[in-house]
Amino acid sequence: MSDDLDDLKAAMNAATPAPDAGKKAEHLALARKNFADLQESRDGVRQTSDRPEKGLFRGVAKMFSMMSRRGALTASTALVALGLVAVVPNWQKGPVTFIPVETQVEFDDVVIVEERAREDARKELAAATELAQGQEEALVLEAEPQVFAAPSADMAAPETGLLGYADGEVQALSRIVTEPGFVPESNTESFPEAEESSLKITSEEPVSTFSIDVDTASYSVVRSSLMRGWLPEYGTVRVEEMINYFPYDYPAPQLGEAPFRPTVSVSDTPWNPGTKLVHIAIQGEKPAVEDRPSLNLVFLIDTSGSMDAPDKLPLLKQSLGLMLPELSERDQVSIVTYAGSAGQVLEPTPATERATIMAALDKLDAGGSTAGQAGLQQAYAVAEGMAEEGEVTRVILATDGDFNVGIYDPAELETFIADKRDSGTYLSVMGFGRGNLDESTMQALAQNGNGQASFIDTLSEAQKVLVDQFTGALFPIANDVKIQVEFNPSQIAEYRLIGYETRMLEREDFNNDKVDAGDIGAGHSVTAIYEVTPVGSPARLSDPLRYGEVEAASTSQSDELGFLKLRYKEPGQEVSQLIETPIVEGGEVSEDMRFATAIAGFGLLLNDSVYIHEWGFVELIDLANSARGDDPFGYRVEAIRLMRLAQNLQW
Amino acid sequence: MLMDVSDESLALAAAEGDADAFSVLLERHYDGLYRLCFRLTGQKAEAEDLTQDICAALPAKMGGYRAEARFTTWLWRVAVNAAHDRRRRATTRARHATGWGDWESGRRAADQETAQAVDWLTEAMRALPEELRDTLALVLDEVTHAEAADILGISPGTVSWRISEAKKHLRDLRAREDQI
Repeated sequence: MSDDLDDLKAAMNAATPAPDAGKKAEHLALARKNFADLQESRDGVRQTSDRPEKGLFRGVAKMFSMMSRRGALTASTALVALGLVAVVPNWQKGPVTFIPVETQVEFDDVVIVEERAREDARKELAAATELAQGQEEALVLEAEPQVFAAPSADMAAPETGLLGYADGEVQALSRIVTEPGFVPESNTESFPEAEESSLKITSEEPVSTFSIDVDTASYSVVRSSLMRGWLPEYGTVRVEEMINYFPYDYPAPQLGEAPFRPTVSVSDTPWNPGTKLVHIAIQGEKPAVEDRPSLNLVFLIDTSGSMDAPDKLPLLKQSLGLMLPELSERDQVSIVTYAGSAGQVLEPTPATERATIMAALDKLDAGGSTAGQAGLQQAYAVAEGMAEEGEVTRVILATDGDFNVGIYDPAELETFIADKRDSGTYLSVMGFGRGNLDESTMQALAQNGNGQASFIDTLSEAQKVLVDQFTGALFPIANDVKIQVEFNPSQIAEYRLIGYETRMLEREDFNNDKVDAGDIGAGHSVTAIYEVTPVGSPARLSDPLRYGEVEAASTSQSDELGFLKLRYKEPGQEVSQLIETPIVEGGEVSEDMRFATAIAGFGLLLNDSVYIHEWGFVELIDLANSARGDDPFGYRVEAIRLMRLAQNLQW
Repeated sequence: MLMDVSDESLALAAAEGDADAFSVLLERHYDGLYRLCFRLTGQKAEAEDLTQDICAALPAKMGGYRAEARFTTWLWRVAVNAAHDRRRRATTRARHATGWGDWESGRRAADQETAQAVDWLTEAMRALPEELRDTLALVLDEVTHAEAADILGISPGTVSWRISEAKKHLRDLRAREDQI
């Protein structure tokens, strides 16, 4: 059936326009100029990087991506937060930076800066530049002498050109495009930085609440991107999942204590001398293997046509082969397939009958497109049939992103899984292969099923998830673990939680046992890191209030930095337990914690975080290398290799 | 005459700093580069910006050219990486949809008959996952499977697999069309 492809080719040929002659000339001239500049700089000192040029075009690219035509059409009544006016009549004198003042400009009030007003604007500009020390985003504008602030949709205005980075402080470029009818939209969603959890001012919002997260899929996705020679897309980099990918050996709870133990320590921030990092490290207990309850595992396997790729179904088969030796004769395995071939392909079988299980696995093949009927319900029905008192029952969904499991409404699917979770059957999700992977659905399903979402891209990843961390992935020791930190405004001016963007909870959710949260498995360790700015630090980004901050209660005069509270439920319990501990300066900073910091830094660099300045891959790799520690499985060495790759891939 | 010199020799000379060689080489391949950029992005404006990005960065990249690969293989690899990077920079997935989705300008310009073909093309390309699209952008541009594999850094088998996946998608699309 190459007809379709031929049609596509014909359509593509018809649609492909010839290059615009003007653009072509521009682009060629640009390339020649850059070539000449580069040769010059080679002859000069040491070849510095081509950063400024890169900044320029990336900046332009970024800007365009921030614009939306739809926004432009509806902007006439919208509020648009725009930078201040910049007027630079004489560009030859060098670039002028200025700090956009975050003002809300109502469109009706916009006044074009006329010739006579320009002098005033320049003064204002100079003042604004002095005030802020370039900590924030800065704009550099090139201008014919007629640039101004906010164009409204129906007002034709001159085009403003964009230049380059002014200096190292500049983190993001913006461009005010003033084509008629084309107005930048004030849409936080289109700024990747805005997705990063933002800085909080302690006096305004002293309490931070979130659910722990033991997913690790993001790290594998990032790895698979880097291994293909691509920097990962912003959306795929979840810092907390990257940190929690690695096993850490934090102090474990004593017998008879809570099932996990928190350790808090405070250290310097590698990427910012003016701030500190508060590490919250949680270590789950490791019950002896022989004491563990029996396991009932139902593998729900996607056999749709797209699973027919070496890194999907065949890898899945090998992965399960690795896992079987970890199971004992008390454990039972069953296999249900959906999409393609549908139905139960293996009756519940003791895990020691490996030959039977492997034979059933071998018979699976991907193909056909028969709609899988009710695969999920069937898997749960099988699981419930296997469950007995005191056993752990879990459905493990293995897919490349086809969630055509028999329930089509995502909300209904989540509810179904949550209901089953409450009745004692959990769900984990394993993703295979790239191209169709739907990470957010994976995460949502696993979250509702009290399970982990992992992405398996190599056999060694399968080994990690299914063998090395076997117990943690399958045996929960604490459910609905929530963390709440209250910072002391007399000590901490500002704070920011690194990662966990998708795990934030409302303050009142903390004490509400009905609100679901993450779960800790046997032997799991979980790390959360806050970056805090002490009162009086030069790194403080917000100005103190002129008219004084509200005097807090007397305890705020204590030298505690904050107070940590954890809530969790014992498996099967309805009522949560509380653990509390103050956060104070100091505490031992172990190699593990430093490595976790390095991984946090890695994630922030990959996301082009606005909170990292003058700290890059070179420093990152040094830090990670110095914190490699024992690393019996080689995970950390691999991470450092990925950091090197990312360093070279920066475009 | 430089005009008669092979791509690879020009590229090596350019890597050594020969500005004329660089200029001839880029002029020779600009149109092809632009065409590929269009196929990777599906939008005229995006294609122009992407081409500009590449032209701007190419001088710095030239130093990395080794005679191991054909120049076009190397250049297409640079283009695919740049396109990917650009997509990545283009923030959210929502933006992806506008690549092969936002067809307004192209559609207006085209005549009625082309418009229908273009609609179909847009729909077809949109239905494909990103990786299949990139692969098709190359293969529909007369790049052989082996070369596409080289450019994308994957095995030739994976290219063939992706093409057959793409065909499957197209077949589905046709089946749906036929129902209407």
